[in-house]
Parts: sequence; structure tokens; C-alpha cells
Amino acid sequence: MNRATLILATLLLLALPVSLLAGRVWLDPATTPNAAIILAELRLPRAMLAIVVGAGLGAAGAAMQGYLRNPLADPGLFGIAPGAALGAVAALWFGYAISPWLLPAFALVGAGGAMALLAAIAGRTGGIALFTLAGLMVASLAGALTALAISMAPNAFAMSEIVLWLNGALTDRSWREVWLAGPLVMLGIALLWRSGTSLDALTLGEPVARSLGVDTRLLLWLLIAGVGLTVGASVAVAGIIGFVGLIVPHLVRPLTDRRPSQLIVPSALAGALLVLVADSVVRVLPLVTELRLGIALSLLGAPFFLLLLLRMRRGLV
Amino acid sequence: MRLTAQELSIAERLSGVSLTLEPGSITAICGPNGAGKSSLLEALAGLLHPDSGEVAMEGSALDAMPPRDRAMTIGYLPQAHEIAWDVPVRSLVELGRMPHGDRRAEPVDAALEALDIEHLAGRRAQSLSGGETARVLLARVLAGEPRWILADEPLAALDIGHQLALLHHLRRAAESGAGVVLVLHDLAHAMNHADRAIVLDDGRIAADGACEDALDRQVIERVWKVPVRWIGEAGHRALVSG
Repeated sequence: MNRATLILATLLLLALPVSLLAGRVWLDPATTPNAAIILAELRLPRAMLAIVVGAGLGAAGAAMQGYLRNPLADPGLFGIAPGAALGAVAALWFGYAISPWLLPAFALVGAGGAMALLAAIAGRTGGIALFTLAGLMVASLAGALTALAISMAPNAFAMSEIVLWLNGALTDRSWREVWLAGPLVMLGIALLWRSGTSLDALTLGEPVARSLGVDTRLLLWLLIAGVGLTVGASVAVAGIIGFVGLIVPHLVRPLTDRRPSQLIVPSALAGALLVLVADSVVRVLPLVTELRLGIALSLLGAPFFLLLLLRMRRGLV
Repeated sequence: MRLTAQELSIAERLSGVSLTLEPGSITAICGPNGAGKSSLLEALAGLLHPDSGEVAMEGSALDAMPPRDRAMTIGYLPQAHEIAWDVPVRSLVELGRMPHGDRRAEPVDAALEALDIEHLAGRRAQSLSGGETARVLLARVLAGEPRWILADEPLAALDIGHQLALLHHLRRAAESGAGVVLVLHDLAHAMNHADRAIVLDDGRIAADGACEDALDRQVIERVWKVPVRWIGEAGHRALVSG
């Protein structure tokens, strides 16, 4: 276990109890009526879901940046998140979202479809450039179909449902979503973690990695499956939550020796921490309606990204 | 362990190249731009699959070898000095141990020592100069203790001091039994430091043999189409035009 893992795990353990008490109404376990029920049925599943979603997005971001050898890579760019979103939007469009299982199931099918497309196009050769292009194309296709669904929404209610859902949130989620996403995200993180050594070898470029015995096709399949499971499951239960996969590896990298393999678990922990804290903050903010988590994180993420570009520009001059 | 290529052909790059490489010596692959040098090296490293023909290690086809066994036997150093992340130098050199599935300190230390870069072990990769980077990347190959070292233009972008130092290290590796194959643009380095030269022209072998013969002025004039002559004594030759 490296230093970053230890620090972040400690911070996460400290943040969890605070997050459970935080809300428009701060919970006092001794005096608040029905505190036990509120904790067990509302706050705890929401906190667990924040941890699951954040961990998945953080780990996926770290793995994608390692794979593409690019610190600006975000798992959302590569078709799987837009694919999952398209699935969910289809469920809302057809009015299937009345059943609590159908929307996440549709989203998972969407993510699976995007994964299958990526694998079919790029999986045979295992080339990184082909994978990137295929991912961007799948992302824009899914985005276009989502936009089409919004513009042809059967009624205004469905349209607002879709738009709201696309700005991810953890409002009104229950243990059901935790049990649905938790195992898939954990499996995904395990696959990404397993790809760590190969990602380290990729530091020296694809030919060297292959000369060191890395099976680039197997690596690509691991990544598609790992990112598909983590990001697909996250989007299925929480909608689109951007920037976590982009920001988190950056924040974590200075705490590690910068080898991609050393970044995956700490990024999962930091992602969990970021989403947990952000979701607590949006609950506490004194607004008329709760700020959507996806919007909050983008509001936080975009300036961060600009700062990052500024710093990189200075580094390049 | 011999490395052999049988009738190697790759569309528009190599046609019908056959050769046998013996360990314990330095072989230079030379030729004009686009002659197929890098393709030949990649094929010999098992990284490029020929359209026809095969590369074999001591009689068994490279394609049929498990990637890990191949990686333990053949160390490959590409021309590009790409280091994507600012990782510690030591962890870069340790990557050479990857096929063995360990990060044993002994061969890593030995590789760092062989290239006189122990003092760099704690530095970050992206803080190194070009010459330091070249040595670190060669140390990565040596740390894997491969039987064969295949390097594409290892001297490019190095000053003369670093070039000679690197050639010295490669000679030491050959003396300890490794087979060393280098793609070299600088014909004088090939002439003075290799035991054998293979001259490629348009995907075919134009000359193959001891450097004095294979890099003879007539061969150079025929393949590179420039009038040249060698001056100096054996082992210290220089190539001049005219």
C-alpha cells in the first residue's frame, strides 16, 4: 500500500461520518426524530453510492490517462458514458423509467453497446490511435442520438426529465442502486488494477511495451471492460457526472511516484472522497432546489481544468 | 542462441531477407532512408509480423514463442526516447525486469553501474538530459539480462562522447555473450565498432559480411549513390566525400 492510498483512505473514513450528518437539516443522532431511519435508509445509501460512483470514475480516469499516456484524457470522452446516457435517455423517452430497474438496466445496455462497438472496431488490433478515434466517434454518435431524443421528446415532461437526468445527481437514491452499481464498479476497478503493470510499460511507448511482453490486445480488452463496468454502472445510477475522472488523477499524481499502476487505487479513493464531499456540499447549500451534483462538479471542474492548462502552458514556455 | 530470418517479406518494406545472426558480436544494419532497416529490426524483435517468411530463435519460430519468453530473450530499444510520465529513473530501469516478473535489485543495480548512472537512480525521468536519457533507456534493456539487444539508432541525437560511451557499453554486452544488433546511420561508427555489417537497399540485402567488405566504397556508391572514400586505419576510419 503506498502513501497516497493510506492518506486518502484515512480522509475518506473521516469524511464519511460528517457526510452522513450533513444536509439541509443537520442530523443530530441524539435529538433528531427518526434519526436511525434517516441514516439507514436515506443518508447511508446515498453516501455509499457517492463512494461507489466516485471510486469508479476516479479509477477509470487514472487508467485511461495511463493508457493514452495523456493527462488530459477523461473516460467520458470515449463513448462509454455517452452510450450509457443514451440508454437511460431511451428509457425516459419511452416512459419506462417508472420501473426503478429499467432505467439503470437500459443505461447498462447502452454502456455495453458502446463497449461492444469499441471492441469490434479497435479490439482486433489493439492499437491506441484506433481506439481513441473509435471512442470519439462512438461518443459523438451517442451524443447526437441523445440530442435527437431530447428534440423529439414526446412531451415537455419527458424532455425536462431527460435534461435533469443528464445532469447527474444522487438525490433520492436507495440501497437498490448501491447493490446494482457496487459489484459492477468493484469488478471494473479490479480489472483496471490488473492492467497496472502493462500501463507502466506503456510509459516507454507501445513498441517497448510489446517488446516487454505486454499483450496490447488483452490490455485493450481489460480497459474496455474495466472502464465500461465502472463508468457504465456509475452513469446508470447517477447520470453524467463529469470531470471526476479528469481531475482526480491530477490531484493524486503528485502523491505517488507517477507510475500509472500506482495511481489507480488512490484515484478510486480520491474519486470517492471528491464525490462524497461534493454531494454533501450540494445538500448543505442554501438554494431553493438542490444543486445537481453533475453541475456542481462541472462548475468546480472547468476552472480547475483551465488552471491546469495555465500551469502546463507555463511549464511548456 | 542464434537468431535467424528466413525469406522475410513485408509489403513495400522488405523482400526476401534471409540472415543468421550469431551471439557474442555486434552487427550493424545500414542503408539509406526507407531501405527497411527499422522494419527488419522490428521483425527480428518479434514486434512486426512478416507477410511471409519467419524469424526464428535457435530454430523455433518467434511468432510461436510466448510473448514473455520472447521478451526475456530479446531486449528492444526503439529510436524514440518517449517517456510519458515523470517517473523515478530507477522504476524505469526496473521495467526491464517485467518479463521476469520481478524487480530484483541485483540486475537493476548492475545495469545502472554498467552505464555509470547510479547517481541518476533517484532522479525523475523528465529531468534528464538527452545523453542521460539514452543511457537510462539502455540500462532498462540491460536490466532484463536479454540474450539479444536490438537497438534502433541508439546513437542518434547523442554527442560524440556519449556515442562512444554507449558503443563501449554495447561492446561489453557483446563480450559477455549477448548478441547486439544496431541500426546505424553513421557508417563510420558501423565500420569502426561493428563486427559485421548488413547493408539494406530497397528492402533487400545489398551486402552482408565483415565491415571492411560490406561497407566498401563501391557498395556505398552503389547503394547510397554518393562518391565517397574511407581514410585512416582499420578501427579508426572516417568517411569523406569524393
